[in-house]
Amino acid sequence: MNKLLRILFVLLVAKPIIVFWLGLNVRHRERLPTRGPAIIAGNHNSHLDTVALLSLFPLEEVPNVRPVAAADYFMKPGFMRWFSLNIVGIIPVARGGIAEGVDPLEECYRALERGEILLIFPEGSRGEPERMAELKSGISYIAKRFPIVPVIPVFMRGLGKSMGKGTFIPIPFFVDVFVGRPFSWTGEKNSFMDRLRDAFAHLQKKAPAQPLE
Amino acid sequence: MPPMTLRMPEPVFAALGLAVLLLVMATVGASVSKTFRPLRDAEVRLRIRMWWYIVGGFLMALVLDRRFSVVALGLVSFVAFKEFLTLAPTRRADSKVLLWAYLAIPIQYFWAGSGLYGMFSLFIPVYVFLLLPMRMALIGETHGFLRAIGVIHWGLMTTVFCVSHLAFMLALPDLPQLKNTGVSLLFYLVILTQINDTTHYMANRRFGKHRILAKVRPGLSVEGLIAGTVLTTLVAMALAPLFTPFNWLQAIVAGAMIGLFGFFGFVATAAVERDLGVRESGHFLPGHGGLLERLDSLMFTAPLFFHLVYDQFYR
Repeated sequence: MNKLLRILFVLLVAKPIIVFWLGLNVRHRERLPTRGPAIIAGNHNSHLDTVALLSLFPLEEVPNVRPVAAADYFMKPGFMRWFSLNIVGIIPVARGGIAEGVDPLEECYRALERGEILLIFPEGSRGEPERMAELKSGISYIAKRFPIVPVIPVFMRGLGKSMGKGTFIPIPFFVDVFVGRPFSWTGEKNSFMDRLRDAFAHLQKKAPAQPLE
Repeated sequence: MPPMTLRMPEPVFAALGLAVLLLVMATVGASVSKTFRPLRDAEVRLRIRMWWYIVGGFLMALVLDRRFSVVALGLVSFVAFKEFLTLAPTRRADSKVLLWAYLAIPIQYFWAGSGLYGMFSLFIPVYVFLLLPMRMALIGETHGFLRAIGVIHWGLMTTVFCVSHLAFMLALPDLPQLKNTGVSLLFYLVILTQINDTTHYMANRRFGKHRILAKVRPGLSVEGLIAGTVLTTLVAMALAPLFTPFNWLQAIVAGAMIGLFGFFGFVATAAVERDLGVRESGHFLPGHGGLLERLDSLMFTAPLFFHLVYDQFYR
């Protein structure tokens, strides 16, 4: 992972695309952590979600922000793999739970121990644009192991409309980002997932709907 | 004794100098004064900042190069069109068509900045008008076709074509009787449109009795319409000798036109917002300042005023 390349990517690519080409409108930016360890839980509609979240952090903090991404999609050999690992700085995670006795979230634990900020999309995949899917419970295993690390829910609206699944040039649309109140491990998996689900539902209600046919 | 060599500055320079002075005072005032209404303070600061941008745009055209101001106006169109498309329904299938529509913005501003009148006035209403449905038909999705193409056309015509007349005005060659013709005319139009908006707003609140168009936007009244149009016409006559080559009749026509059609631009934008289910007053995009609402009356007055000038002085 190359720190300088990651900072340059955010400065020269992520910020211009998100701030100028699209136009970002962030509510409660002050709730975002300025240092790790922390877990950011975002809704997922577009590859731009990661780019948008990265652009919200101060440049010097960018190398510490680690998007958690599906190994089967991003780790196919080739340019995508190199780019994901070195520029976006992903932590690859195998989907589908524990296999062969290896915890797929091991790298996430290490990152939090190093004081890094995890970006997690609990919906698992981008799915239908501008619609939230059922949350996967992987995030709860991380929160359980780090019960005092804050979890910050972030709801983004408009990125799926701009560049949903299957498209690769972002169309300019204004994007709304709502940062929720931080919370942490509730002591039990189901109540933790309910808490997260409620947080997303609450933020979603505040976000003005963007019409999409 | 040598003759006094006191030269009067050109009116548009003097007016902009005055505007800068007022803005400096307003900015200092706003940063010093603290009321207990933080929302209102924020609104005032936003207004002041908007005026800095406007005055800065004029100064750029006068002092540096009008091309800078043409580019700045192109960016205004870009943001306004984006705002419109964020609010209006678009089809997922049309992503390519939308990118083509965005591409029309720099091209239109190129015609405007180069003063190419023919392409400037034909490009969007004819060529883009035909090209976009063609591209859309090639995608092959027919459900909601008419609505989708209508949305894009309306957005392009209002936020790009109409607004680009402000840029073409800057590219008009100087008339012998008026130095810096383009900048002066643009200044005249923007000031009158703003005066008209403000007069409407205040007259509606003060004297508004006979309500009109309550379904489109509550608070409008016959009194506001009359007060706005009359005052705008009077100011148009008073300012015409300073900033325009108009005689008194042309000034009356310009003033009345700006008053009346500024109102209709406002009403039409309000009707569109209503149709889209957007709250009617301000902040429909909190933080973005709602550029569409700032441009609503100019979108109608700009092309009409431009053609009045063009027909009378450039044919």
